[in-house]
Amino acid sequence: MSRDSIKSPAATLASNLNSSTGQTGKPLTITTLVSVGQHPKSGRARVADQDAKALELALSLSAGKGTAAVGKGEAGAGKSQINLIHAGTATAEQQLVLRGYLGMGVGQMRVLKQSDGADVIPVLVDAVRKSGSDVVLTGSRAEAGEGSGMTPYLVAQSLGWPMVPAAVEITAVGSGEFEILQALPRGQRRLLKVRAPFVASIDAAAAEARQTAWAAGQRGALEHMTLSSNDDAVLAEAAVEPARKRPKRIARAKKAKTAADRFKAATAKSASKGGAVLVKESAEEKAEAIYQMLLSQGVLKAR
Amino acid sequence: MLESVIPWLLAGFIAVLVAGMLRRISLWRAGQPQQVNLVAGLMAMPRRYLVDLHHVVDRDKVMSNTHVATAGGFVASMLLIILVHGFGLDSVWLARALLLTTVVMFIGALFVFRRRLNPPSRLSKGPWMRLPKSLLTFAATFFVVSLPAAGVLPDGFGSGVLAFILLAGIVAGLGEMLFGMGWAGPMKHAFAGALHLAFHRRPERFGGGRSTGLKLLDLDTSNGKTLGVAKPTDFKWNQLLGFDACVQCGRCEAMCPAFAAGQPLNPKKLIQDMVVGLAGGTDAKYAGSPYPGKDVGNAKGSPIEVITEGLVSQETLWSCTTCRACVEECPMMIEHVDAIVDMRRFLTLEQGSTPGKGSETLQNLIATDNPNGNDPQSRSWWAADQNIPLMSEKKEADVLFWVSDGAFDMRSQRILRSFVKILKAANVDFAYLGDEERDSGDVARRLGDDATFQSLAKRNIATLKQYKFKRIVTTDPHAFHCLKNEYPDLGGNYEVLHHTRLINELVAGGKIKLDALTTAGTVTYHDPCYLGRYNGEYDAPRDVLKAMGIELAEMERSGFRSRCCGGGGAAPITDIPGERRIADMRMDDIRETGADLVAVGCQQCTAMLEGVVEPRPQVQDIAEMVAAQLVEIEQPASKREVA
Ligand code: SF4
Ligand code: SF4
Repeated sequence: MSRDSIKSPAATLASNLNSSTGQTGKPLTITTLVSVGQHPKSGRARVADQDAKALELALSLSAGKGTAAVGKGEAGAGKSQINLIHAGTATAEQQLVLRGYLGMGVGQMRVLKQSDGADVIPVLVDAVRKSGSDVVLTGSRAEAGEGSGMTPYLVAQSLGWPMVPAAVEITAVGSGEFEILQALPRGQRRLLKVRAPFVASIDAAAAEARQTAWAAGQRGALEHMTLSSNDDAVLAEAAVEPARKRPKRIARAKKAKTAADRFKAATAKSASKGGAVLVKESAEEKAEAIYQMLLSQGVLKAR
Repeated sequence: MLESVIPWLLAGFIAVLVAGMLRRISLWRAGQPQQVNLVAGLMAMPRRYLVDLHHVVDRDKVMSNTHVATAGGFVASMLLIILVHGFGLDSVWLARALLLTTVVMFIGALFVFRRRLNPPSRLSKGPWMRLPKSLLTFAATFFVVSLPAAGVLPDGFGSGVLAFILLAGIVAGLGEMLFGMGWAGPMKHAFAGALHLAFHRRPERFGGGRSTGLKLLDLDTSNGKTLGVAKPTDFKWNQLLGFDACVQCGRCEAMCPAFAAGQPLNPKKLIQDMVVGLAGGTDAKYAGSPYPGKDVGNAKGSPIEVITEGLVSQETLWSCTTCRACVEECPMMIEHVDAIVDMRRFLTLEQGSTPGKGSETLQNLIATDNPNGNDPQSRSWWAADQNIPLMSEKKEADVLFWVSDGAFDMRSQRILRSFVKILKAANVDFAYLGDEERDSGDVARRLGDDATFQSLAKRNIATLKQYKFKRIVTTDPHAFHCLKNEYPDLGGNYEVLHHTRLINELVAGGKIKLDALTTAGTVTYHDPCYLGRYNGEYDAPRDVLKAMGIELAEMERSGFRSRCCGGGGAAPITDIPGERRIADMRMDDIRETGADLVAVGCQQCTAMLEGVVEPRPQVQDIAEMVAAQLVEIEQPASKREVA
């Protein structure tokens, strides 16, 4: 398995707690892992889009969205606390970018300084453990460097926590439980119920991140910690070359006369194949068909 | 009997006036420090009042004469009253002079009275409706009271009932004029206005000068100061003073495009809200037009409360197109745009609450140096077939062509190409920066993000430093304004021209010849705000049009009174809803002239006006019109052979 490591940008971790986990009564701690992104057009370092959305989710969770349901009747009792952590080379230019996250309304960020090409997973896992987090949020995939999308999985694996990919909304529903709305292909959504602690990666379809306030970002504190870097054996062996654009598959429009027709043909969803229409069958038969479908899709597990 | 009471009354009222003035001054001094030259300012004040301010007031001749009579009559009367009645100087001639000045004042006050009979909606009512009566009372009373001293009536005159009537008149008159001046009555404007003229933040504006560039924001975040203006006391002290000078004449309101479009902005109300803020209280006593769609009476504030939390709504601040029509029109020379941008700076830099597409635009500017997030390496693609020399290769040229972000927009590219055609036809030695150019920072700055503005500007200045050129020419008035008026604060000093000025030079110098344009029908010209009011360039575009044989059908609102197209101040980005679109209203102005074609000199205006649904007059940049009328000039023989 490939390890997610950093080339130049790195994963950062923000943690924000504001509600109570209910069972223990201690305040909820949300940790967000964020990285330094790369603008798709200019290639310049920037606040990574998905990581900013992860921090946005953390901030709105901490601002009380759904906290009413946290704990039993102790809504808003726990004081939330936000810890932001970043692991990476943290060059001067990257630090300017990191301040963009601070400008979203977090007072400080822990910056775990690592050498170029180091495997950041161990230091991130260590930081999450020490932070006493209940929830770890991060983007689904880094915008630069290896960009394998493995960070959330590897962190979850090391912690022994469940990992929920492609989250777009998280709501605390009480007793340490959270409802996570998950993005599926073609705009479909699935609601999951998850018990803390867990790791979730945030999908690009999540709500837009709030605006960065430049002055707040300047005033926020970057707490630097230089930690010993772990070599990334996998990356060391790998050869890095620029990605090639994969050609997009375009459905051939047979007899398209107009540009509009061609556009429709190129963008149309493929019609669903298989399936059956049950109209006259009995209710039991219909239910059985649905049940079998859910089993085959892996939504339900056979008892 | 009256003669013995008046000196005491005078002394009493003057004491109250002085106390009020001192309190007012302490309110202003709660603002931020700003260096002014006190002595020079005070010395210059009479001239600024009599010449510069009068110049603005004089646009309304009747009102101007009214004010001269009333104000001049009052000041002279007051001085004479102190001498004649206060110190009891026994001079028939002084008393007769006093009779004369009160008569002058009375006549002026009659005109004020007349205007208040059926006041236009832009004027504030409330205490301002009382003012003409107070003025008449003051003038009439002191006229009668002075008759004995002037030897017209016997000394014993004015006893019994008449004495009481006169006494009441004196108290009422002095109350309005002296008490009111110190304690926030309508006459406050005289006292605050005089000092405002003396200590104006932009003294360059006096004596026919122009000062339109925004002031640089100190970006130091380590000293505990908020960036921009959050509370009234974050304004410079002389800005607070300026707000107090407002006479609520509503000339700004009448000119404001956002107000006319039904967006929640009224520059007069905004200034009055600033007055509420600096003194503390509510807007319940405000008796003028509200912000469209918002009721009066709900705003409250104090010097140390955040303005956008209860005093002024954020949409109000973001509705402004920074067109400067209000500033141009204000007889008190108040700087609305400075105040609005100061408050926007707080919202953007401290609160991160730029509305609409503001946040996205700023992010794009930071990451790609252009507002729409285009690849910065594609900036010169529009010129792929133009064969324009690059500064990075040529190093030196007479003219540096500043392209601006129109480079990414297909409509604007037609303007750019036309201009290049003209430059080539005239054999101008020019070059451009290609991909090295960045957004000028105009939009970032109007959005309140001075950090991004300064970053862009500094990098542009560093790029420009590498090359030698005599002048910069651009087709974009916004870039023109930034480069010319706002880069000097960061060390970039250039001679900058708008393309119409260069074209005009080329025509006058015989470098290009233009055919008469006879097929366009009726033509009018729209003055872009950032070219006209910001830079005073009204003539060059008109001269060029004249060179093509065009007789302009001018709009009622043209020249310094031109109405904004709605595209400035990042207004299309923040996009605050109103009842109408400003561009539609401007197109109606254009239609009124019966024009078939409207000539413009700005890509932003072109985009806004062409966004108006058809049928409507055609919209063309002057560069496009000129490029179409170019006549080949006979080349020297040697060159012709090669061709
Ligand atoms: S700001 Fe100026 S133009 Fe507007 S009402 Fe006041 S004095 Fe008149
Ligand atoms: S600058 Fe223009 S839009 Fe802004 S308040 Fe003044 S007149 Fe209105």
